Amino acid sequence: MSAESVHHDAHHDAAHHDAVEGQAAAPRSPQAGHSGAHHPALAHHFDSLEQQQEAQSLGMWIFLASELLFFGGLFTVYTVARWAYPEAFAFASGHLVLWLGTLNTVVLLTSSLTMALAVRASQTCELRSLRGYLVLTIVLGVVFLGIKMTEYYLDYREHLIPGPMFSLAGHELPDPLPGGTREFTRHVELYFWIYFTMTGLHALHMIIGIGVLGVLLILARGGRYTTGYFAPIEIAGLYWHFVDIVWIFLFPLLYLIHHGGAA
Amino acid sequence: MSTVLTPEAAEPKPDAVRPREHYLNVRFGIASWLLTVDHKRIAILYVVGITLMFFVGGAAATIVRVELMTPAGDLVSRDDYNKLFTAHGIIMVFFYLIPAIPAVLGNFVLPMMLGARDLAFPKLNLLSWYIYVAGGVFTIVALLAGGIDTGWTFYTPYSSADSHTHVIVTALGILIVGFSSILTGLNFVVTIHTMRAPGLTWFRLPLFVWSSYATSLIILLGTPVLAITVVLLAVERIWGVGIFDPAIGGDPLLFQHLFWFYSHPAVYIMVLPAMGVVSELVAAFSRKNVFGYHFIAFASIAIAVLGFLVWGHHMFVAGISPYASLIFSLISFLVAIPSAIKVFNWTATLYQGSVSWQTPMLYALGFIGLFTIGGLTGLFLAALAVDLHVSDTYFIVAHFHYIMVGGTVMAYMGGLHYWWPKMTGKMYPEWWGRFSAILIFFGFNLTFFPQFVLGYQGMPRRYHEYVAEFQILNVMSTAGASILAVGYVVPLIYLLWSLGYAKDAGPNPWGATGLEWQTPSPPPTDNFAKTPVVVNPPYTFTAKEAEVVG
Ligand SMILES: [Cu+2]
Repeated sequence: MSAESVHHDAHHDAAHHDAVEGQAAAPRSPQAGHSGAHHPALAHHFDSLEQQQEAQSLGMWIFLASELLFFGGLFTVYTVARWAYPEAFAFASGHLVLWLGTLNTVVLLTSSLTMALAVRASQTCELRSLRGYLVLTIVLGVVFLGIKMTEYYLDYREHLIPGPMFSLAGHELPDPLPGGTREFTRHVELYFWIYFTMTGLHALHMIIGIGVLGVLLILARGGRYTTGYFAPIEIAGLYWHFVDIVWIFLFPLLYLIHHGGAA
Repeated sequence: MSTVLTPEAAEPKPDAVRPREHYLNVRFGIASWLLTVDHKRIAILYVVGITLMFFVGGAAATIVRVELMTPAGDLVSRDDYNKLFTAHGIIMVFFYLIPAIPAVLGNFVLPMMLGARDLAFPKLNLLSWYIYVAGGVFTIVALLAGGIDTGWTFYTPYSSADSHTHVIVTALGILIVGFSSILTGLNFVVTIHTMRAPGLTWFRLPLFVWSSYATSLIILLGTPVLAITVVLLAVERIWGVGIFDPAIGGDPLLFQHLFWFYSHPAVYIMVLPAMGVVSELVAAFSRKNVFGYHFIAFASIAIAVLGFLVWGHHMFVAGISPYASLIFSLISFLVAIPSAIKVFNWTATLYQGSVSWQTPMLYALGFIGLFTIGGLTGLFLAALAVDLHVSDTYFIVAHFHYIMVGGTVMAYMGGLHYWWPKMTGKMYPEWWGRFSAILIFFGFNLTFFPQFVLGYQGMPRRYHEYVAEFQILNVMSTAGASILAVGYVVPLIYLLWSLGYAKDAGPNPWGATGLEWQTPSPPPTDNFAKTPVVVNPPYTFTAKEAEVVG
């Protein structure tokens, strides 16, 4: 804007300047024209808050579709590997702590409920309960990660972290053993690679989700969502539910092979 | 308005030729570019990055071609040759061909074609450029540190177990640049859905928008699969996990399936936007409505969908089930239908049109001819028996260069010339434009047509030596490549020259339809003085005055 003013002053007398400004102001800075009529959260390239919300929520849906394919690649690898080494996968799956995994599933599903309630509260402008549900969702997310870390620690103690430390030395191997001990150990290790990659990526998504909810909580405390503007909460909710759904697939695929009778 | 003050006062409306204030001069300084969220400035940032990468990739190709002038490996060593063609492939595919048309031309014109002030997520758009640059830096660093010799396909177990080059860093660069195209694709889809001007219904959209939409869908669904594949490749290479390497319990075909699940559709990521550009050019320079608009629009979507079901045709010789091969072969043939629909419709558009022969049109016609050859030879390759004969020969190399260079690069050049007046407000010099378009066309054919023959005669790809019988055709190819190189350098010079010295273009130098031509050149930051209201279908040349109301 400053460059333009200089330009005007250099070439035009005051009256002309005003006329040009009057014509030119509309295309260059429409927000100056209608900022009074619009919500402060409305970005200037959108015409209305509805359009902006529609764009943002569609953007999240598309992002999640993309995420689905990202995890889809992993699920493909899982399928191929499990198809090739069913015994090793069933054996390895039996070494996860089922009750911790189940507890975590319950925790995460509950957090989906509180997230949905937070979205509901934001739509009905109940700001106190919005903040409450956001806090609850964050706490449940942290509890999930805590339990996950505990499981990782137990795996570490049993030398089940893949890599140079990996060993099945203290474990009772199935009898008869498909292939040699060396191959079997390698295939069990492959299972744990997939297990850690999948749950690790899932945990990474949880951490990002908790961060996003934290930011929303701070903004909510600052009174950002007071005037019927709740798209960010809704969109964060979409993401949160997606991460939960991924877990709903991970849980049976990783924990329940042994118990499903596949072995 | 400046009638009293300047010597150009004789001109009736100087503002109509070049607006006093536009997106280029609204702010100055390096920060105003590096922190811009204006889609037009971001497009310019992409031009710089993509041009740079194009010439780096071109330099690698030049050395490859010079080496192949003689049957003996006398210029570079075997290992260096492997690194050169790998560098050429990776840079051209991931850093030029995939982003070129969407990120440069799409970024610039798509919001304007929709009558929007910007893309839906301007900051995400800027972020995608930074991600592109970060990916580029990783890849260039890997090249400078000694390069990578796996070919752009990264086949395991060579890439995960045997290669002693910088696989991880390069793979990381590709992982990163992938997210850049995901963000661009996401931005395009959301913008097309939610930001269309009043009256701009789906079937009033220019065909470039349709093809950008189809492209974005492929990017969004394909690229994440490449990302996870690259991650798993890195895991296998670093920790020796048996995912892909059969020696440690992995499945090598799994890598190829995952890789081609992305990389075949990636062909359409490159060529669909090119088809969109050509639709615009053919309509504008035959001054006629595009023949079979709906067919072309739906053909883009059909190509996007079918494109996800044919990846196995890259694996006919890899030992997949013959029944799978049959199905993949059949669906590969089917892709020819929507592609042919487009070619026939462009040709029918020319019929009884008032065709003019400006540079962009020369590129468009070049595209149609070369893409047809590339597409038809693709049918040879979709046929199982022929594919067994020519797999991994120069026939493949020639085929995909006819699609990638003859298709995508031609369309990119055509589109760049077509929208150059809009982007810069300046006309490029027409004579030089035509000169280099013709140079490129002949150089291209001389480079790559002999390679069809070489491949058919059995010359394998990716070797730096060959038997003496192949020399004549190789010399022809190298001679063509030299002409091609000149053809690419000349536009670089005259386009830069035009920025300072060429004459002003005016808002609509081609008399074209489309909202992007209804605003000054260069456009103001917000694109339009008032949100346009669309009342006509696209390419309505007879009722041009009624195209936009308000
Ligand atoms: Cu293919």
